[in-house]
Amino acid sequence: MQRQAPEVTGVSGKVGLVFVSHSAKIAEGLVELAAQMAAGTALAAAGGTDDGGVGTSFDRVAAAIAAVDSGVGVVVLCDLGSAILTAETAKDFLDDAVRERVVIVDAPLVEGAVAAAVEAEGGGDLAAVVSAARSAIGAFATEDRPSVDGGAARVPEGYSRSVTIVNRDGLHARPAAEFVKMANTLDVPVTVNGKDARSLLGIMSMGLVKGNTIELATTSPNGRSAVDALAGLVESGFGEH
Amino acid sequence: MTLNTDWAVRWIKGSAAVVSEHRVELITLDREIGDGDHGENLDRGFSAVLLKLDDLPTDATPGDALKMVATTLISTVGGAAGPLYGTAYLKAAGAIAGQAELDGAAVVALLTAARDGVVLRGKAAPGDKTMVDAWSPAVDAAAEALAAGLDEAAILDAAATAAEAGARATEPLVARKGRASYLGERAIGHRDPGAQSSALLLRVAADAAAGA
Repeated sequence: MQRQAPEVTGVSGKVGLVFVSHSAKIAEGLVELAAQMAAGTALAAAGGTDDGGVGTSFDRVAAAIAAVDSGVGVVVLCDLGSAILTAETAKDFLDDAVRERVVIVDAPLVEGAVAAAVEAEGGGDLAAVVSAARSAIGAFATEDRPSVDGGAARVPEGYSRSVTIVNRDGLHARPAAEFVKMANTLDVPVTVNGKDARSLLGIMSMGLVKGNTIELATTSPNGRSAVDALAGLVESGFGEH
Repeated sequence: MTLNTDWAVRWIKGSAAVVSEHRVELITLDREIGDGDHGENLDRGFSAVLLKLDDLPTDATPGDALKMVATTLISTVGGAAGPLYGTAYLKAAGAIAGQAELDGAAVVALLTAARDGVVLRGKAAPGDKTMVDAWSPAVDAAAEALAAGLDEAAILDAAATAAEAGARATEPLVARKGRASYLGERAIGHRDPGAQSSALLLRVAADAAAGA
């Protein structure tokens, strides 16, 4: 059998990611998308059958896991049912020591892949990457999405501030990741138009573009500097023009 | 009469033939409530199995033969049937490992392990409109036949008959697992392709024993 080994090898010290899809194009597209935010992370596509058809391949999944495993863990994200079955079967066939550090996460494939990739790139351990992928489950569940231009909930205490997005492409993947990374270093909770500033998917799902004004707010009495720091980052244009 | 590796080989060759013969039927069933690849995937898998039969050592046990089927199906069937049947054959092989001759108790152990493998992998319960709806009654009927003192061929015949009834009984069900579960009530009136192929394979197992 022709075994197509993905062209990656595990990145030392970092959790690797495997994307399993019935479609080779979807899996490869996910690698492309996630690599934008995780250029230094081992990402492997395991899509389609061995003969290039629609389906999943045990051998491709097994090869992908081996390719991204550097010893600290592998997170596998799957699309429809049989992709999960194939991934679970591939996991069963691994050596005991390897199997323990391979986790199959049931999460939305695209959102989970992006969230997991950002966490892995930041050096998160296996548990952190798994948790990031799972956080994608509720990313789009918010029913009453606040409008983009203001409309944020009243903040009784604390501090809020409006800033306008100035960089050309808005809060797309890379700037959003940078924004979330900073929000995660701050001690107080900050919201963007009412959504958690630490949620990459929450931020990205707002589709904020150049010219949009966003409301950064905190209910914490000590949150002013955190809001100002995030506002400063947005106003800096993330190094873009 | 106990069942040996010749029986296992007849079962495997018969499986390849029946899957090929019913390829279009299984594709049609799957197209109605799934993604339409079940017949083609199984046919591809068992064709690969057939080629590997020649490599089976002369001293291979029935368990060895079933293990070969398991690993081959897992790596050649591109749909859910690969992991599901692969796990079923793998667990079945494990249940009879090392035995050159299978008595009635071993046949029941084989079927039970296969059913448990399908349940383990697919996490489906009876009534979910899946392969489990064929395997579960098959195992129950086999255990009853063993308790009634029937021989291996009769045990397999009872299992196959129950599996066929179980497959037919999936028709009025709403699917709770697999691709068909997206269809909701539109799956009603269609037989589950996995349950149907399971019944076919078990009938071949019985036929192979009857000819022993």
